[in-house]
Parts: sequence; structure tokens; C-alpha cells
Amino acid sequence: MLELLTGQPGERRLLLGNEAIVRGALEAGVALVTTYPGTPASEIGDRCYVISRHRDLAFEYSVNEKAALEVAAGAAAAGWRTMCSMKHVGLNVAADALMTLAYVGVKGGMVIVNADDPSMFSSQNEQDNRFYARLAGIPLLEPANPQEAKEMVAAGFALSEDLGLPVMVRTTTRLSHTRGAVTLGELAPRPGPGRFLKDPFHLVMVPAVARGAHVRLLAKQAQAQARAEASPFNVISGSGPWGVVVNGVPAAYVADALLTLGLEGQVTLLRLGFSHPLPEKLLVDFLRGVQQVLVVEELEPFLEDGIKAIAQAHGLTLPIRGKGEGLFSRLYEFHPALVRQVVAAAFDVPTPAAPVVAPPPEQALPERPPNLCPGCPHRAMYYAIKIALRDLGVEAIFPTDIGCYTLGLLPPLSMADYLICMGSSITTACGISRATGRKVVAFIGDSTFFHAGLTGLANAVHNRHDLLLVILDNGTTAMTGQQPHPGVTLTPPDYPGKPIAIDGVVRALGVERLWVVNPYKYKESLAATKEALQAAGVRVLISQAPCRLYAERLQGRKSRARFQVKGVCAECHHCLEYFGCPAMYLKENGAAQMAIDPDLCSGCAFCGQFCDAIRPVKTG
Amino acid sequence: MNLRIFLTGVGGQGTLLASRLLGEAALEAGYSPLVSETHGMAQRGGVVISTVVLGDWQSPIISPGEADVLLGFEMLEAYRALDRCHAGSLAIVNTAVIIPYTVSTGQGRYPDPERLLSLMAGQVGRLLAFDAGALARQAGSQLAVNMVLLGALVAADSLPFSGEDLRQVVQQHTKPRFLEANLAAFRMGWDAARNPGNWRRGGA
Repeated sequence: MLELLTGQPGERRLLLGNEAIVRGALEAGVALVTTYPGTPASEIGDRCYVISRHRDLAFEYSVNEKAALEVAAGAAAAGWRTMCSMKHVGLNVAADALMTLAYVGVKGGMVIVNADDPSMFSSQNEQDNRFYARLAGIPLLEPANPQEAKEMVAAGFALSEDLGLPVMVRTTTRLSHTRGAVTLGELAPRPGPGRFLKDPFHLVMVPAVARGAHVRLLAKQAQAQARAEASPFNVISGSGPWGVVVNGVPAAYVADALLTLGLEGQVTLLRLGFSHPLPEKLLVDFLRGVQQVLVVEELEPFLEDGIKAIAQAHGLTLPIRGKGEGLFSRLYEFHPALVRQVVAAAFDVPTPAAPVVAPPPEQALPERPPNLCPGCPHRAMYYAIKIALRDLGVEAIFPTDIGCYTLGLLPPLSMADYLICMGSSITTACGISRATGRKVVAFIGDSTFFHAGLTGLANAVHNRHDLLLVILDNGTTAMTGQQPHPGVTLTPPDYPGKPIAIDGVVRALGVERLWVVNPYKYKESLAATKEALQAAGVRVLISQAPCRLYAERLQGRKSRARFQVKGVCAECHHCLEYFGCPAMYLKENGAAQMAIDPDLCSGCAFCGQFCDAIRPVKTG
Repeated sequence: MNLRIFLTGVGGQGTLLASRLLGEAALEAGYSPLVSETHGMAQRGGVVISTVVLGDWQSPIISPGEADVLLGFEMLEAYRALDRCHAGSLAIVNTAVIIPYTVSTGQGRYPDPERLLSLMAGQVGRLLAFDAGALARQAGSQLAVNMVLLGALVAADSLPFSGEDLRQVVQQHTKPRFLEANLAAFRMGWDAARNPGNWRRGGA
């Protein structure tokens, strides 16, 4: 991690896109970085956290993206260069702040790093956040590779200061998680204390002030457009009657396509790295020089629609193709061969022979989905709830939330029925419960609870809803790489954050029935779950046990206990049907006897509490 | 030299470290490599894929039919990725099996590894297959499968840098207490590739 602080200017390093972003910010003298973790943006915050423990950099894991953006905005108002990173759906949470921050503006440069996730490798949707730049009226930079990511972040700070506007740097999963050669520059010193100059009639957005601020924002957008016209990130190369416009990572796919198709230099290629506001003059000159245009961009036709509007305004009628005609899909991430095929089809050039592809296998290959880890406390809690419901003869509906525990969706746990976004478990449970009158059990993790659950719980209590909320408190933000949050019980070394006890928060929000259980103690958690299920109103059960992976990593030791089927397996398959630990397996394909893989068993001792045949064994 | 390497395996097998080390060695050799990683699922038993791309190519990922090298850390996952290969591809496959949870719970059957290997041998230019898991344990660490496979890859003469170059990168990026096992594993992978009996098609 600290390798981002070393290295001589001019030295080449193999950096992740996300690491290049951090290096770019350090070279630009960033003073404060905020984030809420989310794949694919998480490494930005994680690297900054470690750096902040060794260098004069203010960093925080904020409670959510709105808090992160506002902390960064306040520091930028005091003249510091600040960076705020998040995944694309995080910007939805921060959108309220963003829209009016554009009116207020910034003094110190402020870069918002937004990571989109085409193909939804780890997200609930694949929204195209370039529209946020347009909606807020702020400049948008779209790097194509790690080197450009570093340069654009550094340039983004200067641009932000020149215009007095926050700047969005948009990456995608592919860039964030690709390593590439990056040439280092000089690290800049961090400035001294910021100065906040009182100026309420420009900084306090009451209607009378906001009316003037909107006028100023439009003027800044005109300046931003002028900057885009001359930006070194918007470049035309090659020549000829065929035009291609491309942004971000797809620029690499286009470059490879032109190379493979023998079209290098024979196509007029416009790479838009500074893509909002669109450089209108540059585009008109480009459009006048070609006979047809192919726009290559992942997700929505953001550039394509903008370019069509510019063409229309200038009376240009050449074909501008892309998503409009369905040459490209609005779905999912592109890849090199896909772009090559569309480029070849659009310009009617032959493609190389289709590559040899293996025949399908004779049987469907078994899937290998991700799963809750062996020994995960979430599985133990889910098991107790399944058994409690079975014993009570009750069926329940399970609104869930975002985190590792969402993997409870998979059989045999099947403990997820409804999910929209961070925090939605509690509030959607209210609606489902009110509409159906059925038993509703909602699940939320500790980090998600602080991120977006507090308001929902207050809403549930105040409006006298009927639900059982299970807070799966594993002491960390496990899914994204074990980052801390306000409720943490497990923290990285020297973590300075002050912990806030979840049970105290729950009580303070007016919840009267509260149970706190250790999910590894089966009898106790089962009894508490039954009570909680049978009670009425808003009840909260906190399942408290540390993320096993993280606890092991922090403590540097693993449990040496192991469990095996030592007694006679009754072949009832209860463990398979209700628990589903990945360490358990059917002895052979088609056999009925169960066994436990000692390499996978974590020694959590839970299964031995519900099955008499499972016993501990000693290991070295 | 233009080269596309596709690595696939199961979370915890060290595919990401292997791809990074290949990238670092390529950087040392004067290339501007691209190493693309899948994050997030590595700890949870899911499939982990990464790519290493060298030369004129600017795209960090590999389309179906365009991998010059397939480095399969697990038998089933290697076969699943066979569509990335072309008729001239080199495939190096760890024949050790990691049973997916869907199979251990009776939802599916693990295909016969010998059959998968013979199907692969019929599709690619060269196929090197051996139990890298057993060699890693022999070297002193079952986590060193990635080192075994890197040793085999460099011995298969498909990389634009030498075994000694890669060995030095391994050495630079290994914690001292794992160094001996890692270097032993690397050496065993090298030897495995030099053993004609491990080649199902073509040779080193």
C-alpha cells in the first residue's frame, strides 16, 4: 500500500486503475479523501486509509456516500483539495448533495471519483452515471487506462479550481481493476490549515441566493465547454471518411479493432476523455470531415445522443450510428471482439475468420457460485431462524439488504425475498407487512445499518409497523474487503474511529423489544428468535459475532478445532437442506452419507450443536 | 511479442498474485502490460478470472477464441474457459479438483477429469496437465499452486522473459517465510513442464 508513496519521478509502476487515481491525487496535493466502500471503487479508500496512517493526509471512511461528499465539500469550501470516491449507486445516495453543491461551487479543487459497473460484476444495477455530470452541470473526465486515470485526476483538481466546480472522474470496473504501467510524477506537499471565508449570500442556498447561483452555474458550464474544446484529453487521430467517437475503456477495444482490421490511421478517430460538456466546435469540425460516424460507448447512448443533437443544430445529416440502430447494445460490458465485429460491420470491411471455439460439453458444467464462507456467523443465524419458523409452523417473507448476507439468497438457505438498495430491507419490510399482514423478517448488516438503516428504523417505529429486524452484526464491512464503519468491533491497526454501539442506537430510536444473541450459541439464539418472531410491533434481534475471515486475519491465527462426521450419519440430509456449509459434502456422487472436508472446516462448532453425529477432532 | 494469457481458478488459489507477477516481470522486460482482475468474490469460493496482455494490444481483457495461453488452476474451471482458446493456444492445467458446492450438495455432477482433458487436447495446440496441488504440497505449501503453474508456464517457452527473470520477480514479491516453499514450487512446476509425460499434446 505504501508503495504508492515511494518511487522516483519518471519511474514506471504496475498500478491498478484505482491505485493510479490515488497516486494522481497525491501528486496533485490532495489534503482530504472520503469514501464509503463499494466495489469497484473500494481500493481507492483502502489505499488512502493506509497512506493516512503514514503521511499527512486526512482520510475517513464516511458513514455513507452523502456524508462522504459533504465532508469533502466542506473541506473544499475551506480551500483544500479534496477527493471523494464511491461506486455508481453510491452517487444516488450522495445525489441530493451533488445537485446543490454544483450551485454552491468549491474553492479548493474537488474530484468526485465515480466507478460504474457495466455487466454488474458486483452491483444491483448498471446505471450510467455520466448522466449525473449532465444533471448536476459539472465537468466529466473518462480515463481509458491507469496512466490516464492518474493524469485526469491531477488535471481534474486544476480544472475544478479554475471553474469553481467539483469535477467527476468516471471509471468503470474494468479500469478500476486493471493494472497497467504508470509513470510516476512528483508527490506534492499537503497544504496547511484551510481557511473558510464567510460569504453567506453565495454559500447558503436559500431561494434568493440559489437563483443567482444557477445563473453562475450556467456561466461556469459555458467555461467548462470552452475548456473541453481545447482539452488534451479530446484528441482526433487518423483521417478518412469514416469517423469513430469513443470514450473511456472502449477506446482500447477500438484501437485493437483498427489494428486487427488493418484500418489504423484510415479512420478519423475522436477520443473524448473530457466528455461533458461536449466540445461542440470540435465535434462540428469532426462531423464535417467525415461521411459517417460510429459512436462506441458502453451502457447508455450518452455521447451518441449529444452528438446527434449537435449535428441537428448545425444542419448536418450524416449517419451517426451506435445504439440508436442497435449496432451496439445498451447492456453489459463490451469486449475486444465485439467492438471489432461492429466496427467491421459498420464500415463494411471483412473480419478475420471466426476463431475456433470449443464444442459444448456433453453435460452441463456444474456452476460454482460464491457462497458464505465456512464458519460464517450469518449462516448460523439464518439456520436458527429457519428452524424457529419451522417449529412455530410459520412462513415468513424476507426483505434483505446489501452485503455478504445477500448470498443467503442461494439454496439451501433461501433467506432473501426482496432487495432494492442499501437500507431498503427495513422500509420495504414495512410496506410488505402492512399490505399482506404476514410475518416479515428483514435482514441488514451492521455497516449497511449505519449507512442507510437508521432513518428506516425510525420510520418503522414512528409509524407503528410490524416487523422483526435482524441486524447481522459481524463487526465490519465484510463484503467490500473489511472496512471499518461507526459500529465496528473489528478494526485495522491504529484505526482512530470512535465506535458507536448498535444496541444503544436501536434503543434510542424507540425500539422496545431488543434481543442480542451470539449466533454460534445455537440454543440461546433459537430461543431468542422464537420469542422475537412471536412478539408484535417493531422488534430487533442483533446477531453479534465477528466476521470469521477478518477476525482470523487480524489475529493472525486460525482455529485449530475441526469437526467431522464421527458418529453414524443418519442420511437425513438436514444439514444440507437447512445449513449448507461449504465444508459439508455428500461422500461420493449419488451417495447418501455426509462428510466434512477438514481443509474447509473452520472449526466454528455450530453444526455439532444440531447433529449428534458431528464431533470435534484434534488437529495438529 | 503479442501475448494474451487467461488465468482462471477458484478463490484462494492465488490467481491474482500469479497474474500480477507475470505483469511485473513483463514490466521489467520493458513491456507495458495490462493485468485485469476480478475482485470481490475471491474469498467466497467463486470463480476468479484474470488476464495478462502484452505487446501491441491495448485491451485489458480477452475475448472468446483469443487467449494464446490458458493457465487453469482447477480442472473444471480450465475446461469452462476453453472457449477463450484458439487452435494454437497453449493450455496448462492443474488436474487437481476442487469440488464446487453445487456438486457436494448433489445439485450437479463433477465431469470426468480424463474426459475433460481429452476434449481439451483435441482443441488446443499444446496441453500440459499435471497435479500442481500435489507438487505445491510437496514444496511445503498447498497455497503455492500459483508458483508451480508459473514455473511450468515459463518452462513452456511461451513468455518473452526468462525463467530467471520471473524467478527474481517471485523472490521480490514473496514474504521471507514463504520464500523457500515458493521457490521450490516454482522449480517443481518448471520440472513438470520438462517432463514429456505431462504433455497431452505438443511439448515444451
